[in-house]
Order: sequence, then structure tokens, then C-alpha cells
Amino acid sequence: MSTAPTAAPEDFFHRVHTANSGRRALGNRALNVLCVVLALLTLIPLVSIIFLLLKRGLPLLNLDVFRLLPPAAGMSGGGFGNAVAGTLIMVGIALVLAAPLGVLSAIYVNEYAPASRLAHAVRFVAKLLTGIPSIICGVFAYAVIVLATGGFSAWAGGFALAILVLPTIILTAEQALLGVPKAFREASYGLGATNFQTIWRIVLPDALPAIMTGIMLAVARAAGETAPLIFTALFSQYWMQSIKEPTASLAVLIYNFSTLPFEHQVNMAWTASLVLVIFVTIANVMAQVIFRKK
Amino acid sequence: MEPSTASAASPTESAEPRADFLKVTQFNFHYGKKQALFDVNLDIPQRQVTAFIGPSGCGKSTLLRNFNRMNDLIDGVRHEGNITINGHSIFDPKIEIIALRRSIGMVFQKSNPFPKSIYENIVYSLRIAGQNNRRVLDETVERSLQGAALWEEVKDRLHDSALSLSGGQMQRLCIARAIANRPEVLLMDEPCSALDPIATAKVEELIHELKKEFTIVIVTHNMQQATRCSDLTAFFYLGKLIEFDRTQKIFSNPAQKQTEDYITGRFG
Repeated sequence: MSTAPTAAPEDFFHRVHTANSGRRALGNRALNVLCVVLALLTLIPLVSIIFLLLKRGLPLLNLDVFRLLPPAAGMSGGGFGNAVAGTLIMVGIALVLAAPLGVLSAIYVNEYAPASRLAHAVRFVAKLLTGIPSIICGVFAYAVIVLATGGFSAWAGGFALAILVLPTIILTAEQALLGVPKAFREASYGLGATNFQTIWRIVLPDALPAIMTGIMLAVARAAGETAPLIFTALFSQYWMQSIKEPTASLAVLIYNFSTLPFEHQVNMAWTASLVLVIFVTIANVMAQVIFRKK
Repeated sequence: MEPSTASAASPTESAEPRADFLKVTQFNFHYGKKQALFDVNLDIPQRQVTAFIGPSGCGKSTLLRNFNRMNDLIDGVRHEGNITINGHSIFDPKIEIIALRRSIGMVFQKSNPFPKSIYENIVYSLRIAGQNNRRVLDETVERSLQGAALWEEVKDRLHDSALSLSGGQMQRLCIARAIANRPEVLLMDEPCSALDPIATAKVEELIHELKKEFTIVIVTHNMQQATRCSDLTAFFYLGKLIEFDRTQKIFSNPAQKQTEDYITGRFG
């Protein structure tokens, strides 16, 4: 019940207007403009990558590139069907190895013993490893698998990629689990659910879209990595016969072809890049559609 | 909605209601180094409504959450003294905490339906117990929703998401979910604090109905709510039980000065 003396409106507005209000309004507008300009600037590299990929990659894109083997140096025609298959298989191996391991680790770290030493250690190591250069994963897989098994192989490549993406999967899955409201857990425990039931029936379904987003990020990263594969899967001119032999991949094909002095091979590297980007996009969109929250 | 008296309790069914159905004896509770409850002694009678009132941080929710051992989920808590339900200690190492929580329903301050259908929310406690018989589940859904006075409003959309309900309906859904398992006790932690007056009136009406079947303990900040729907009232202050008596007595003629100060709004 304030009975403050009410000033006349024009008086009031006058007072508000005085203290530097012109300068403040100007500063406000300038900052707005700056933000818009910077946002547009960030779009430039992104849009130009897509533009360039389409411009250089589209001309050679047809079904043949998925069916034929890479052309020999200096030859034209051909495709990179074996590299598409190799990439899919190695990313698949990486996911089969890393996704369950990563998600289960995240569940342990977040649900079972968040304050335990082991949980702290897992979190610390995962954060440390997200920054690890991918070539080191390659060298490691080379030492552990390639030397031990006596040769380059798809499965060594998948293993290297798995190590590369494991930290990302653990950390994004942990964030996803953290995002599940505590109230859901309380309600579930309050109704007499066990730890396992609460995680399996309430927490995981709710966190699934975010977990899948993290896994898709991992797929995108793994599919585009070259360095670990050079050390582990190497390359092959032929269709893959088993996961125990050197295997072609899109990333290594792009690397190989783009450095060749032949125009056709360079153009094919652009097409392969476009295919890689399309794959990653499809995988992302599918994950979002399938696992969208109802 | 008259404030009910002793005679209102206990329908004709079963045995005499027990006067110390929930019995708290010399109970102390600590969160780490901070003691939250001091030597609480309290007998809560069966099939009546007992309200816990007191200013924030006075320990009323802490005590409520001890009845179904929800506090076990917090690290570094410990307790002394005992709580029994119908003569059985809830801290008995032989007791299964799962079984304990099944026999005690809980409704939280903020309604927290699972992001599932209305139907699946209610049958959750049955499904986790391995009950998947369609007929049993259907019956439970209808009985619980009737019990929570929600059946008429949602019977045609049982398979819609629970999140499509209004705030008041969500809270009644949580009550329906809590009674689906036919618990003995219903704990309510400020169940109306997020509801508008109309939804609050519905829940209070519901509490009147539910006490025919369940022993209800309700934490509330709303003094009028305590007078409207409880038979007994316990006043807590700084972790101590200051006064526990029939609600009418507490609000008309409290024995303690602190109680009087609180209910007349002089502090808290």
C-alpha cells in the first residue's frame, strides 16, 4: 500500500530519459548489429563447404560409384564402392565396441556410484581422452592390434575408431542421464522400483534421444577420421573379403586421391567427400526422427 | 468441508484402527554433520489424516521421507531411534526396502508423472512387480483413477501421454499412481503447493475420501489446508516436535506458545 507521490507522466519520462539514455540505446543497438553480423560470418565457412562439395562432387555422383572399384592412377571411370563398404563396416565395428561400453560406463558413473573414486577416474580419463589427437589412437591400435595380429585389418581400424569415440560417447551419455529429472527417479523409487528397474524403465528411455545424439556425433567423427585408419586398416583396391584384411575407407580414399596429380581422381575425392557428408547427415536425421521424444 | 473429528474416522470394515500405526520413537536424523531431527516421538493413528506443519527447514519433510526410507538415496545420512509401521520396524535389516516402499505410497510436492501414457503411469508399480496380466492392470487403472477422482475426466484417453494433463490432473494422477498398489500409508509432501485453488479443493476433497482406506500423512505450509483436511496436526520447529494434538485443539487452543505464534502468523 504505497502512497508515494506520483509525478506527472511527462516529468517521469523526462527523468528516465536524462541519464545517458541516448548513449545506452546506441550501445544496445550496436551490440545487436554486431551479434547478427558475427552470426552471419559463422555461416560463411559452413555454407561455402556445402556449396563447394556440391559443385565439385555432384558431377561424378551416380550409382556406379557405389558399385565399382577405384580407378587405377591415371585411369578414368570407376567408383569407390569398396571404400563405402569399408567405412560402413569399420564405423559399425567401432559402434558395436564403443556404444555399449560407453553407455554402460555412463550409467555406472551417473546412476550407481556418482561419488565413487572409480566414477571420478572414469570421468577424468574420458575428459582427458576427448582431446587426444586421433593419430595417437591409430598408433595405439597399430601397436596393440596390427603388430599383434600381424597385419592391417578392418577390425584394427574399427578398434582404433572405437577408442577415438569412446570418451565422446561416455561424456554425452552422462550428460543425457544427468538431464533426466530427479523427480522421475524419486517417483520410481517411491513406488518400490529397484535401481535396475528405475534405470531401465524410466531413466534410459527418457535419456535415449540425447544418448543417440551423442552416438551420432561419434559416428560422424569416426566416419571422417583418416589418421587412425592409415595405421590400422590401410587401404585396398579390392572388395573386402573378410575383416582380417586391409580395407578401403572413404576417408583414406579422399586422402589418397586428393593428393594425386590426376584430375579425375581429384574429382572423385570430391564426390567421395560429398557421399561421406550425405551419410553422416542421413544418420543424424534418422537418429533424430526415430528417437525423438514423443 | 468441515474439519473432521475423531468420530469421522474408521469405516465399519476390518479391525479397530490402530492408534500407533506409525510410531516414531526417540528419532534423531542427521544429514552429514547437520542434525535435522531431534528426539521426535510421535504416534500416528491408522486411517486418519495427520498434518505436519512448521516453517521451512523444520524437519517435517525429512521425517516424512523417513517413513518410506527415501532418505536412503542421500549420501551421508544417519539416524538414531526407531520408526515402526503396524508394529514392524522399518529399519529392520530383514525388511526389504522395496516391499516397504510398495506398502507406502508417496505423492510429491511437484507432480511428477512419468513421460508415459496415463495408463502406464498407473500400472508402473504393478509392472515392476512382474504383474502383466491385462485384466488385472485394467482393473487397477479404473479403480485407482476412480479413487483419485480422475476417472471421468480421462477414461477416454487412457493411452494419451500423462504430460497432456493439466497441473491439477497430473497431481491427481500421481495420487492414483501412488494408490494403485493398495498401500497402507499415503505420504503427501505439500501436494497442493503448485496447484490453483480449484485443483487444491479437489485434492483436499480426495484426501477426505482416501482416509477411509489409507493412513495419510500430509506436509503442508498452508494452515487452512491443515484445518480443512487433517484430524491431527504436528507442529515442528527447528527439528523438534513442538506440539502434536487434534487439529481443532492445535488451531483453537494450542498448549505451546511457539505453536500459537506460528499459527497466528507471528513468525515462520
